[in-house]
Amino acid sequence: MKRHSLAIAALVVISALALTACGSSKKAASTASTTQTTSSSANVAGSIIFDGVWTGAEAAAFQAVINGFHTQYPKVTVKYKPVGDNLPTVLSTAVAGGRPPDMADIAQPGLIQQFVDKGALKPIEYARSAIAANFAPAWLKLGTYDGKLYGVVFKASNKSLVWYNAHAFKAAGVTPPASWTQLLADAKTLKSSGVPAYSIGGSDGWTLTDLFENIYLRQAGLAKYQALSAHKIKWTDPSVTAALKTMGQVIGDAGNLAGGTSGAVQTDFPTSVNNVFQNPPKAAMVFEGDFVPGSATVKAKAGTDYGVFPFPSIGGSAPAVEVAGDSLVAFRDTPAIQAFVKYLATPQAAELWAKRGGFATGNHSVPASTYPDAISRSNASAVSKATSIVFDMSDQQPGSFGATVGQGEWGIFQTFLRNPSNVSGVQQQLETSATAAYKKGK
Amino acid sequence: MAAPPPADEPGRLARYGVGGIFLLPAVVILGVWILYPTVYTLIRSFFSASGSQWVWLDNYKTLFTTSALLTAIKNNVIWVLVVPAFVTSIGLVFAVLTERVPFAVAFKTAVFLPMAISAFATGITWRIMYLQDPSQGAVNALGRVAVDAVKSPGVLPDASPSTPTLTGSPATGLVLKTPLHAGGVARLGLTAIAPTDVPKTSKQAVAPVAKPGEIVGVVWRDFKPGGGVAGKVEQGELGLPGVTVQLRSGGKTVQSTSSNADGTFAFTNVKPGTYQSAIGASTFNKPWGGFAWLGTKLITPALLIAYIWIWAGFAMVVISAGLAAMPRDVLEAARTDGGTEWQVFRRVTIPLLWPVLTVVLVTMFINVLKVFDLVITLAPGSSQNAANVIALAMWRTSFGGANDFGVGSAIAVFLFLLVVPILALNIRNFKRDAI
Repeated sequence: MKRHSLAIAALVVISALALTACGSSKKAASTASTTQTTSSSANVAGSIIFDGVWTGAEAAAFQAVINGFHTQYPKVTVKYKPVGDNLPTVLSTAVAGGRPPDMADIAQPGLIQQFVDKGALKPIEYARSAIAANFAPAWLKLGTYDGKLYGVVFKASNKSLVWYNAHAFKAAGVTPPASWTQLLADAKTLKSSGVPAYSIGGSDGWTLTDLFENIYLRQAGLAKYQALSAHKIKWTDPSVTAALKTMGQVIGDAGNLAGGTSGAVQTDFPTSVNNVFQNPPKAAMVFEGDFVPGSATVKAKAGTDYGVFPFPSIGGSAPAVEVAGDSLVAFRDTPAIQAFVKYLATPQAAELWAKRGGFATGNHSVPASTYPDAISRSNASAVSKATSIVFDMSDQQPGSFGATVGQGEWGIFQTFLRNPSNVSGVQQQLETSATAAYKKGK
Repeated sequence: MAAPPPADEPGRLARYGVGGIFLLPAVVILGVWILYPTVYTLIRSFFSASGSQWVWLDNYKTLFTTSALLTAIKNNVIWVLVVPAFVTSIGLVFAVLTERVPFAVAFKTAVFLPMAISAFATGITWRIMYLQDPSQGAVNALGRVAVDAVKSPGVLPDASPSTPTLTGSPATGLVLKTPLHAGGVARLGLTAIAPTDVPKTSKQAVAPVAKPGEIVGVVWRDFKPGGGVAGKVEQGELGLPGVTVQLRSGGKTVQSTSSNADGTFAFTNVKPGTYQSAIGASTFNKPWGGFAWLGTKLITPALLIAYIWIWAGFAMVVISAGLAAMPRDVLEAARTDGGTEWQVFRRVTIPLLWPVLTVVLVTMFINVLKVFDLVITLAPGSSQNAANVIALAMWRTSFGGANDFGVGSAIAVFLFLLVVPILALNIRNFKRDAI
């Protein structure tokens, strides 16, 4: 009896296998059958398989963008596959296996560079003029790898923000600070009022690297930031020392942190947001990007319960914005893909998502009125108007240094959070880890 | 009839053909999902991260020289030493004891229940139970109940002095540096008190007026929006009622009183001499803060406890089955011969149960070597390096951002080699049982 059922199960699995095999070969055939010689939009035909990181509401928003494309190009079908956060792994294995999707959106510039090195990506130079018409030159620079344009940031997020609890600010009698010295003074006042100033999500190492990067961008400037991102200057550089010391002004006093140092190390990002958004709050401020309100699981109203201000200037530095962005890249080159890439650079495409909220773009042709509320409008305009734009530094570095849980930069910044006085030791560790990661990347 | 039929050609073909058809699905499944990945992993472990370069044994060298990976190996050794032994002995104790209690079925079900929950859910549940803040984590909440019963927390656990004139520490009580005499005034300003921690009965603080023969004072929340002037009672600053204020002389407390709703207090009938005013240490008793179960130091013990909690039920059920199948007459004989319960257990039950205990031990060895899901869900990111185990290291190296399939494959091969001897032992046992 048991053996029979096993054999039946085996047969079922085999036939299922055969079916999926048929399915995927059909898919491949339709991808290949893209027509080659058309110019007018009505005649461009083909299909595009798009693997993306957006899921849930974000996937629905991107589907709306695709539908907008479909009305212009009725003969092109775009199939969006919401892969989620595992996208880098999925794409890496797909590229290794020789069967990547047609297009994808990649959040890690380091991964794009890796694919460019392998020759897996196709340049999108054909869209250069379309992008230049709507984006500041800094954005074209962000999409350029080895001298060629490979990507355009479709969805950006502003990571140079500080969120605060409006009630805590009111009770302490402070207003959003514009400068670093004012921030430190406000932190002191907040502490006296009985609310620790900062909530740090130290269990997720990336919140710490983001804080460091924002400080470094303002203190050391754009050129140094880019040099450090590419490991052209060492982590033992005096500019890093200075930035770490500045960071120590925030994390150095355990009384300023929600839960003290030990609490901060164990707090994950969503909890760090709730600490600030709940009432009464456990801390007054949390540093992170425009996705913060979406991570809160407590009820809080924009304006009355919480507010946001740009990361303060340090020593009179000019406004600068650190962005994380999902870059569109193409693994193939067909008229259908070219049409889709050009379409995504238009303000019409961006507006379809912008009006749904949770979206910012470097596309300056998108009117501010498109954004649904005041907070997303101001965050988005900071992104589209900024001239000093940098990518998240850790996203640009090799993954083993910039994006591995508990290791490399994330792990070392957690050590720094535990003991903020050990600046030079932390610099040594960072340099050793970075050197190893860059060597391995080659 | 006794001899098998001669192996003539068509018969053999039919026999092998039918056999082959029946074997085919299993062969295909094993080939696609077991054999090919195993062989490919082995080959991949000799290539670089990107897969383009043959690097000989470099990946294995990395495995034994990287501290994060060595921690994983060290932790796995701890797991192997602790878990099988604990799970088997706890399971044995439960199995033997449940034979003698009336509500055995209910008890067994309760102990076995964790097995019915996915390790992923278990990890998340225990992570919440292990949270350090006793108001959130169940484990530390138990600790707080015990600790606070011995030393009850004060009314202003987080307060600190607003000016340097108040010295001492919350642990010894805060003392006003300025000496006082009869007719003097004491201003005890405190800050870092959250608005929600101020007692509801509190009123606007009042600056006390000196009276002859008395020492008067005020204890208040020396903070108003914007900060205010430290050390000065201002409009908008609240008195702190119910604070125990002491009058000390020569280090001894001579009088003690409690502050009013507006924060004022007074010591009457003060004799001539020099005094100091202080707020007793009990006011600042901090509630117990809890153990950092999820911190780097305690994370591995915390994981081990959760893991034993999951698997003790499995051991108990298997051992119970072994006990049920055990010949009772041997036990009876041992008891008739005058053996004590302990002697019977030690000399008869355990030797007879030994084959079952080996099955449990071996199963636990294999399970423990490949433990993964519990660690990744229970340990927060900041503790995962300290909690690392081989299977998690393999996953983190291959897919956790580094995407180094070379070293990842090498770790997988290493883990495989560790499991092989135990597997061989298991197969040998099965074969012996079959004969």
